[in-house]
Amino acid sequence: MHIPDGFLDLKTAAATGALSAAALGVSLRRLNGSLPRRKVPLMGLAGAFVFAAQMVNFPVAGGTSGHLIGGVLVAALLGPAAGVVVITAVLIIQSLLFTDGGIVALGANVFNMGVIGSAGGYAIYRGVRLIFRNESGRLLALMVAAWGSTVIAAACCAGELAWSGTVPWTLGFPAMTDLHMLIAVGEAVISALVFAAIAAARPDIVAEDPASAPVHEGRDLFLYGALIAIGIVLFISPFASRWPDGLESVASRLGFASAAVARPLVPSPFEGYTIPGLGSPVAATVIAGLAGTCIVFAGGLVLARILTRRSPR
Amino acid sequence: MRHDYIDRYARIDSPVHRLPAALKLGVAFALVVSTAAVPISAVPYFVSCVLFLLFVMIAGRLPAAFVGVRLLTLEPVAAGVALLSLMQHDGLFVLVRILVKSNICLLAMVLLSNTTPFADVLAVLRTLRFPPLLITVLALMYRYVFLLIDQSERMARARRSRTFSGRRARRWKTAAGIVGHLFIRSTERAERIYSAMTARGWR
Repeated sequence: MHIPDGFLDLKTAAATGALSAAALGVSLRRLNGSLPRRKVPLMGLAGAFVFAAQMVNFPVAGGTSGHLIGGVLVAALLGPAAGVVVITAVLIIQSLLFTDGGIVALGANVFNMGVIGSAGGYAIYRGVRLIFRNESGRLLALMVAAWGSTVIAAACCAGELAWSGTVPWTLGFPAMTDLHMLIAVGEAVISALVFAAIAAARPDIVAEDPASAPVHEGRDLFLYGALIAIGIVLFISPFASRWPDGLESVASRLGFASAAVARPLVPSPFEGYTIPGLGSPVAATVIAGLAGTCIVFAGGLVLARILTRRSPR
Repeated sequence: MRHDYIDRYARIDSPVHRLPAALKLGVAFALVVSTAAVPISAVPYFVSCVLFLLFVMIAGRLPAAFVGVRLLTLEPVAAGVALLSLMQHDGLFVLVRILVKSNICLLAMVLLSNTTPFADVLAVLRTLRFPPLLITVLALMYRYVFLLIDQSERMARARRSRTFSGRRARRWKTAAGIVGHLFIRSTERAERIYSAMTARGWR
């Protein structure tokens, strides 16, 4: 999933770079506040570990083999902020020394593999953990998170390539997501096996200690979630609307599309996710989507405030 | 694994190697960004880029065969995406654009990493006020990545010499065991490194 230089245009590189810089800033601030000095060398070693672990082969079939990607595993072991920083460091070293992934494309790669692949995966992990709280629930949560974040990252990667005019969305999206739905199964199984191996040998490393849990983790995940939502709105939603949705296509086939209510009961501010008076349909979709994200974000914030006031800890 | 394989020529001597690291980093970055911005129709720009990079390669006393091999390692990735881009109405145009741009950027990065030691790159990033924690993580990673690769290869070799074949599920479990132990050893090594660093005055 490493995008090389030459595949992205400047607007995509700038947009992904800004989102990644924001996520990295959030992560570094959190670590500067909460990471003990004793743990700083572990961050560097974790980066080297991810790199070396990616070279261990897992045989698939017919002589091919897969390997660990590691974003969710690192986030589950060290926390989401450390996950973002470690994966960013890995991607910087890979692009500067191994020319694996580009410099201009670094923002996109950090966004796909660090922000979605690590912090986003961790958010899924925590979400599943809320439902399955026992020990085997951890492995299940890890697998769901590894699978989900890999597929979402692949879809975003396809969106970025399409936005740059490199690979058309109708081609890149199915190719990337179909391929990564398979790769993600491997990632899920490998992550769970490695986690189980660590837990068997050194249970103290993976022990969940509620006393030492980061205080502001919920707020961090909220910020990462908002950044990822903006990314999805920017990279995926402009293309999603090109395919008529199920109801619309049925309506046009059966001929009742023209019979649809011309005047809606409640007038919508963004009709069909576009804003009247804006020339470019793509820009209009993006702005409408961003506005929608902000509204949902604000709604979530208000809801969270109300709910937390009701049940003070 | 040959530890210095990737940036094997970073520490030789040449007029290019003696240039300040900040200048080389700045030129490489500007070249990569402008290559992304310039439309493919600007043929003189791309030709002068290639000529400039070839001049740097010769002035930097880098063997063409080494640079060529490093360039070829990316081609499978580019070819995969390029094949997808070929299936649109002006696909050939997009294909040429991707291949020209990605190869110029790649050549620039291979030349940068083989004329500038990584420690000097980090020193430049430090003067540019990059976050100190990120720079510490990068420095430690560069120092220990080859050690850990060696360690995992030793573990994989030990496993191979003790097992013959086995079902795939079994082999996945042992490979996961190697990765798991690699992480445990990394955390233990990190603790020793912390002791060594504080003993030498690291705050």
